[in-house]
Amino acid sequence: MIALRIFDPHIHMTSRTTDDYAAMHAAGVRALVEPSFWLGQPRTSPASFYDYFDSLLGWEPFRAAQHGIAHHCTLALNPKEANDPRCTPVLDALPRYLLKDNVVAVGEVGYDAMTPAEDTALAAQLQLAREHGLPALVHTPHRDKLAGLHRTLDVLRESGLPPEHVVLDHLNETTLGAASDSGCWLGFSVYPDTKMDPERMIRILRVHGTDRVLVNSAADWGHSDPLKTRHVGDAMLAAGFGEDEVDQVLWRNPVAFYGQSGRLVLDSAPPEGQSYEGNSILRGGE
Amino acid sequence: MLTPLATLRTGLELRLGAGARAWLHQALATAADAPHHVNEPGLPPWERDFAQAGRQCGPHALRPEGEAGVAEAAVPPRDPADTARVLILHAAAPDTATLARLYEHGTAAERRAVLLALPHLDPPPEREGALTLVEDALRTNDTRLVAAALGPYAAAHLDAHQWRQAVLKCLFTGVPLSAVAGLEHRAAGDGELARMLEDYARERTAAGREVPSDLHTALDLARFPHTAEGPAAQGTGTDPGALAAPGTGGAEAPEAGEAPDSHRTPRSPQEP
Ligand SMILES: [Zn+2]
Repeated sequence: MIALRIFDPHIHMTSRTTDDYAAMHAAGVRALVEPSFWLGQPRTSPASFYDYFDSLLGWEPFRAAQHGIAHHCTLALNPKEANDPRCTPVLDALPRYLLKDNVVAVGEVGYDAMTPAEDTALAAQLQLAREHGLPALVHTPHRDKLAGLHRTLDVLRESGLPPEHVVLDHLNETTLGAASDSGCWLGFSVYPDTKMDPERMIRILRVHGTDRVLVNSAADWGHSDPLKTRHVGDAMLAAGFGEDEVDQVLWRNPVAFYGQSGRLVLDSAPPEGQSYEGNSILRGGE
Repeated sequence: MLTPLATLRTGLELRLGAGARAWLHQALATAADAPHHVNEPGLPPWERDFAQAGRQCGPHALRPEGEAGVAEAAVPPRDPADTARVLILHAAAPDTATLARLYEHGTAAERRAVLLALPHLDPPPEREGALTLVEDALRTNDTRLVAAALGPYAAAHLDAHQWRQAVLKCLFTGVPLSAVAGLEHRAAGDGELARMLEDYARERTAAGREVPSDLHTALDLARFPHTAEGPAAQGTGTDPGALAAPGTGGAEAPEAGEAPDSHRTPRSPQEP
């Protein structure tokens, strides 16, 4: 098995076991970003968010480090719970949390059911990203995806956040064109059944190329697989992409995107038999 | 045991690059000015600095030539961001409520800094106050927090039961006992600790598992009274609580410091 270095730019490790960490490390994963999201069960107070944020800022990085993986996170009020008035006060506490060293973006923000409450939360959090000099991880809705993307792009334009500070995530064949035209980074979640699969990902890479593309497993508590990033790397090699292109998609692109925060700390020796420039400790930005 | 703050500061400044050193000076000045800005709205500027110290004074901020002597240093230097945060806390001199808030809202690194700062700040060791933070850290499974919690402040103020549980937890979670401040004083002649360690060793052996080598170190201390020959006898003897336990050693020894512990005079955390 050829050695790859992998940065999973979107994975919910809170929902995964230590066996997953071990398997990810064996597959080449050396860094990841865990966005805050919906836990599958509604929260009933802001305090529940604070405990969750504490976990993303303390316990998960510790667990990841035990397995040789650098852990960073993105924090936000997720679109689904932006509709619940019991949760929205978390927006007032976010500025304090966005200062933290491990926070490399605001996210996941975006639309779920495209409600006025979601409009408000999205705009407010894009503003916070600007104020904190952070990029934003913007997910595109699962239902009514193309309309949702257009509405998202409108809000992004109004926010004044530069497109290179934004990744649009969970993209597919129907949303790639408009997303690419926006100048934002392009995120693809590779899932066992839904979202993208490795073969479709290869077709997209053939047409679009490897620039500005981020591939993630988005693994969580649902039917998902934390090794999907590795599978895409293997599929790319099998399809004739070079090792340098695989490294660009699976490592250098996420490092470049989240590095814009100035807070990424990676201690990543290149895999044996390959030599990449620098990056022993990388901060990016600033 | 406790490194003086001035030594910590000099050590850190020698290691930091020029940019990070300038940032540190500014942050310490801001923190020293904190009492004049208590009633202003929003997050106090020094607390922002406290949160951001990791990216300002992290490993990337060290000058390579400053690391030259570090490898040979007798005591391995602390994480530079930990030291920066401890210095900021000391300069700001927060009350216990502020310390608790910083810990509660803090990342693991910020929590670690609050714990490391406790012996320097020496807040009143109340169960509802600073001691709660130590107890919280000891409940976690994050070994960096457990280790930071067991500094001189815990050595001076944890009661006998909590302290023994903490020692046992270190052995369970792989925290080296060298992280436990005052081990020689507090373990010496502690028959109950000896019993707990022997039981644990028996449990490991019965399961066919290795007994951590640190366990034997602690057991040797606990089996013998403080007056016996051995490493404990060479201690500085400044901990009256640990000294108040004469005994014959071994599992039958009287409860070392069990009752006196809660009343004893805390050891000065400022001892050299
Ligand atoms: Zn997600």
